[in-house]
Amino acid sequence: MSEHPIATGARFVGKRIQRKEDRRLLTGRGTYIDDVVVAGMLHAAFVRSNVARGQILRLDIAQARALPGVFAVYIAADLDQLGCQPGNPVFDMPGCPSPDNGLLARTDVRFVGDPVAIVLATTRAIAEDAVALVEVDYRAEAPVIGIAAAQTMPPVHPHLPDNLVNAMDSGRDDEIDAIFASAAHVVEDTIRNCRQAHMPMETRGLVAAPDGTGELTVHAACQSPHLSALHIATAFNMNQHQVRVIGKDVGGGFGLKMSPQRDDMAVIAAAILAGRPVKWIEDRLENLIAGGQSREDQMSVRLAFDADHRLLAADVEYDCDFGAYPYATQSSASLVTPMFPGPYRLPRYRWKAKGWYTNTSGLVPYRGPWMLEMFAREAMFDVAAREMGADSIELRRKNIIGKPDQPFQTAAGFVLADISPRETMELAVSAIDVPAFRRDQAHAREQGRYLGLGLANGIEPTTVSFGYFASDMAHVRIEANGRVTAMTTTFSQGHGTVTSLAQVIAERLGVPFEDVTVVEGDSSQIGFGSGAGGSRQAVAGGGAAIKASDLLREKIQRIAAHAYNASPEAVRIENGVITIEGAPEVRSSVAEIAQIAYVAPDRLPHDMEMGLESQYRYRPPPMVLANATHACICEVDVETGKVSILRWVAGSDCGELINPAIVEGQIAGGVVQGIGGVLFEHLRYDEDGQPLAVTLKDYLLPTGLDVPRIEYQHMCTPSSTPGGFKGVGEGGAMISPPTLVNAIADALAPFGKRWLNMPLSPDRIVCALEQ
Amino acid sequence: MSLHFVEFELNGCQIDGMVEARRTLLDFLRCDVGCTGPHAGCEHGVCGACTVLVEGQAVRSCLMLAVQANGKTVETVEGLSGGPKELHPIQQLFREEFALQCGFCTPGFLMTLVALDRSEPRPNAAEMREALSGHLCRCTGYQGVLRVIDRLTEDRK
Repeated sequence: MSEHPIATGARFVGKRIQRKEDRRLLTGRGTYIDDVVVAGMLHAAFVRSNVARGQILRLDIAQARALPGVFAVYIAADLDQLGCQPGNPVFDMPGCPSPDNGLLARTDVRFVGDPVAIVLATTRAIAEDAVALVEVDYRAEAPVIGIAAAQTMPPVHPHLPDNLVNAMDSGRDDEIDAIFASAAHVVEDTIRNCRQAHMPMETRGLVAAPDGTGELTVHAACQSPHLSALHIATAFNMNQHQVRVIGKDVGGGFGLKMSPQRDDMAVIAAAILAGRPVKWIEDRLENLIAGGQSREDQMSVRLAFDADHRLLAADVEYDCDFGAYPYATQSSASLVTPMFPGPYRLPRYRWKAKGWYTNTSGLVPYRGPWMLEMFAREAMFDVAAREMGADSIELRRKNIIGKPDQPFQTAAGFVLADISPRETMELAVSAIDVPAFRRDQAHAREQGRYLGLGLANGIEPTTVSFGYFASDMAHVRIEANGRVTAMTTTFSQGHGTVTSLAQVIAERLGVPFEDVTVVEGDSSQIGFGSGAGGSRQAVAGGGAAIKASDLLREKIQRIAAHAYNASPEAVRIENGVITIEGAPEVRSSVAEIAQIAYVAPDRLPHDMEMGLESQYRYRPPPMVLANATHACICEVDVETGKVSILRWVAGSDCGELINPAIVEGQIAGGVVQGIGGVLFEHLRYDEDGQPLAVTLKDYLLPTGLDVPRIEYQHMCTPSSTPGGFKGVGEGGAMISPPTLVNAIADALAPFGKRWLNMPLSPDRIVCALEQ
Repeated sequence: MSLHFVEFELNGCQIDGMVEARRTLLDFLRCDVGCTGPHAGCEHGVCGACTVLVEGQAVRSCLMLAVQANGKTVETVEGLSGGPKELHPIQQLFREEFALQCGFCTPGFLMTLVALDRSEPRPNAAEMREALSGHLCRCTGYQGVLRVIDRLTEDRK
């Protein structure tokens, strides 16, 4: 892959190298947000609404304020003095009215968990004691719960005309109706996802520390210190240099920590008002009721096929529940409808998409926020295959595109290139051995056991590069001792970016992996970049690291060439050692060249700048596509409804893999989150808007007993980026739900039902079978 | 609120302090002693991130009061090895098998596994898997942890 083979030494890219961050994390020496202690720090706790919708009749903070150890109790009017505008500068849709109700509820509350007051005290325990002393009376009103209610009930936000957050469609298309009218087969249904939570094991949290000079340091459990700093500075109308966001170890993000939310901003405002550092660590109850949610969406799908089972047209309507205070008025759910054609030949396509406000916790994008395109399409393909009496894999074979078909423009206008959908499908199909499975399945059914095979194809759009996501940055320098320090705008919440990027940089520079240290997590270092979000770090961070390293390597070559009377092209750098092709007597080192660069300017080429450092702001292509086919085999116990997953094959094409173990970790984590979403996870509300999942005993996550051993199959079609990398962060979470649902539906095919309402938890499977 | 004297052996050192009766062992370790290896994931005993060993038994330090640890022996992840440069064999297996990503849940997994690995008779793979079902991880899909169990029990199949 190297454009400069002569300069490249050992290959680190593609190797399963152990992670640099693991020693501290394994020995309890990580620094997560709750480990941060700042002198003079106060602790915050929120008073939150216990009604879903209602007027605040009385709010009495006197007793709480009087409790020893309480420093302040702030209500909306206090924080409003700061004029914070918590809108999302990154993701708000231009022209779309904001649901702004201040950082704390002013006159009315709009979901259970809506913050009403914030207490600052010397300890968290005292802050919580004080919360219990705040008296609030509400006049409860009928809440808007669910998409259907949002379409008819009075607006959640009284200043808005209705509950519509946004609406988009593909425009009028009369011809498509004629296609459906004359098609040999039309299959239609609605697939309903269920509300889920990101549920990182570390909840949200921050320490906001204002100082006397008007500057603000925020230690944050975030996904991008740079993006958070931009957001905070914009919200509080501060200059960028006044806000410094520092992130150390973060206990998982999955989208939840991409943007500071309303309660994060309330903590910052409280710290500024108090003039004291304030720590807020969200507890798990708050996380479940107010931390943000996702996947409360549904899609009605109509598919038309010809007599030969070739896809003729698709017509879809998508609706998404945004809750009361979504992270932005736009969702990356807006990718749902454009991505629906997936890797298939779909001649004609019509779509509509709408977002709705409800009196529930707000929408925050969760790993693969647009996953319903893949889920609905792949589940409906299986429904269609059963309906038409076709084999579901054959149905896909007739319609899928492969490498020879590209570039290929989809019905939604995307150009597919550098992907291998047909090829990963054949890879997964052959790994599963379908004929052998069908024999096992038939045999099992004779014994009253229900085995099923499910398969799904998907394209993962990664590194979507728009707006503030358009570039990332790397600053690489070789210190005077020859060691390498790289500062990047990537940021890990478990991604292992300091390892992956060190592999890239060590390989491009030709230095030992151990000599490279990647530093990330401080918005005051190097320029803006967008960190983790949209599966972008391998492509955007990796691209920036390659470009900056290549610039630096050229400089080393020029200095060495000058020092040893050679041409730069003849300078070889391997394992930190420099040799000259055709001059075997010369043996120098990167450290020696660094010495020349920093302390011996006379030995530098004429006019060359001293030092050995470079930086590059890399702009990735607008979108880098990865693709995958997953297949699984499950058994459904029709007495108990329990689903056991017996095999899972993950066939992926993520381009060049920097560290295959890290890539597989991303795939596995996503797959298991998706499995949880199908089988267990459900943030339910009752009709009064009360959340019913308020502990981890109500909101069930998969455990080690619930997961299959994932069999990875990698293909490599390099992307057109430097290094040939692709993103991989979200695909697993998007593709595993249809894979598993199709397997369950295949297992239960003899019962002649459709399985399109999530979750497929044991009780719901049993109920459906009994109906 | 009245304060109570508590003292116990933590990772081989004797420590003491004055605590409110309601102070959890987790909060005492993290906030009063500065021992931040055990993590608060749920504070209701489900996730397992706060697991420490008390008298060699894996316990949820969020469900135990600090005063209940009085006079006992407590071990946390910090005590498993001499520091970041030196890993306990199970920590080393975690690293080799990429059994952690964000690492927040990892100290809990490690403490339960260490307790299991020390116990007699030594549990087999199925028993270890069962015991670890009381620990939640949101990043890894448990794939690396399952490989760690395989390697720990290779001789016990």
